[in-house]
Amino acid sequence: MAYGSKVVDHYENPRNVGAFDKNDAGVGTGLVGAPACGDVMKLQIKVSPEGIIEDAKFKTFGCGSAIASSSLVTEWVKGKSLDEAQTIRNTDIAEHLALPPVKIHCSVLAEDAIKAAITDYRQKTKSVSSDGAEAEKVA
Amino acid sequence: MNDFAGFTTKKGHGANRNAPIYLDYQATTPTDPRVVEAMLPYFTEMFGNPHSRNHRYGWDAEEGVEKARAQIAQIIGANEKEIIFTSGATESNNLAIKGVARFYKDKKRHIVTCVTEHKCVLDSCRHLELEGFRVTYLPVQQNGLIDLDRLRESIAEDTVLVSIMAVNNEIGVIQPLAEIGRICRERKVFFHTDAAQAVGKIPLDVEAMQIDLMSISGHKLYGPKGIGALFVRRRPRVRLEAMISGGGQERGMRSGTLPTPLCVGLGEACRIAAAEMAAEAEHLHALRARFLDKITAELPEVFLNGDLEHRIPGNLNISFAYVEGEGLMMGIKDLAVSSGSACTSASLEPSYVLRALGVEEELAHTSLRIGIGRFTTEAEVDYAVDRIVGEVRRLRAMSPLWEMAQEGIDIKSIKWAEH
Repeated sequence: MAYGSKVVDHYENPRNVGAFDKNDAGVGTGLVGAPACGDVMKLQIKVSPEGIIEDAKFKTFGCGSAIASSSLVTEWVKGKSLDEAQTIRNTDIAEHLALPPVKIHCSVLAEDAIKAAITDYRQKTKSVSSDGAEAEKVA
Repeated sequence: MNDFAGFTTKKGHGANRNAPIYLDYQATTPTDPRVVEAMLPYFTEMFGNPHSRNHRYGWDAEEGVEKARAQIAQIIGANEKEIIFTSGATESNNLAIKGVARFYKDKKRHIVTCVTEHKCVLDSCRHLELEGFRVTYLPVQQNGLIDLDRLRESIAEDTVLVSIMAVNNEIGVIQPLAEIGRICRERKVFFHTDAAQAVGKIPLDVEAMQIDLMSISGHKLYGPKGIGALFVRRRPRVRLEAMISGGGQERGMRSGTLPTPLCVGLGEACRIAAAEMAAEAEHLHALRARFLDKITAELPEVFLNGDLEHRIPGNLNISFAYVEGEGLMMGIKDLAVSSGSACTSASLEPSYVLRALGVEEELAHTSLRIGIGRFTTEAEVDYAVDRIVGEVRRLRAMSPLWEMAQEGIDIKSIKWAEH
């Protein structure tokens, strides 16, 4: 299968590979996919107290399109609020990377990964606030 | 480098500048330049219909075809009268399995085969099931070989045929043909073997191995594509129902005008393979050992799929744990290999052959098949190893599964959402 130039670029020069400490209160971690299905994505976001995603990292087990999809979304989420990041759609990812139909599931997984990371972060902050810290309203 | 008929052919790396290094010899092989040379006159000068009995053109073509038939017979220890030309191993397998089953259907209704067979064997068997035949699909052991006791137990009163491949196309393992042949002969059951990956790679003898039908492919042994053969034993006689109706060529088993140049090419490919098999096997054994030793010395957590000892020398099938096969192939675009990963198949399922060995799905996704052959050089092997090692390290560094394994997290302990 021939890959689109954007997929090749992200595969060869992946952005933001790495990991944050998942126990850090400001870090949300999403782990999606399954080894038996041939792709697993771990996407992490570092969120400022103002609710802005300051940084993102990923690690992915999967084909070139899976690696490219996760690399791309780490770029896209940076600087966005959680609500904005929540609106990233797999179709945008697939379109940007020109994924063929057989690779659409890679973009779906990347969308799932962001959502999982945001959910993880929100759950963490919720449990912090119920501990009596400052009551922060999470939209 | 040698020149013939205006073509220039080159050996080994750089056959085509910037082309990837070819390491997929189980998919197909380049036609040996000597084979092409033998074929050429039959396109232009000796173009006659080999079935024309009235003139020189026909006689010349017939002579070419019959010489080829004898060369094919020789490499498997058969008589030339027992060789039927076909379009390839897929047709040979179809003809052997469906043809024999249908011919004897009034008395026999059962076939034994194996789960790691090529799709054309499995699909032929599925078709026969729709026609009312029973089929036993033998499992394989972890090393990819069938269990002979299970074979013995599977043969019933009405078993007509046992079809077990000689060499597996993905993992290169060699089934115990002589033992299977003995069991089949004792039980008076025909033994067919798909030898597409075996002919020219390992010594074969249809007498010593008591094989009744054998499928042969041209393009797997440095011959042309579009030609194959089926060995059909004459004594004791094996009968089969033809699939193609027509002029009754090939003893009535396969009608149609023979493609003389292709027949000649297959014959010449067999002649060369027979003459050079021992030396070639030695060369490939050395290259493969070099490959495997270097890979295992450089990388932890790599696993060889299939038996190493009972294996053709030109095949390796390796799982690189925590690195997905298609992702890996994308990083080594300058190497032409294939993967057991789901992403490289139309079905999105990982290799059914690896699964049959009991290789876990997550490891099946990480496998590469590396096929070396006649034109592979030591320099190519060294280059390929360097590229694979480098890319596996890079991809492991960005693999969440590798990270977990390094942290001592058991990947199986995680509840994955299978999608």
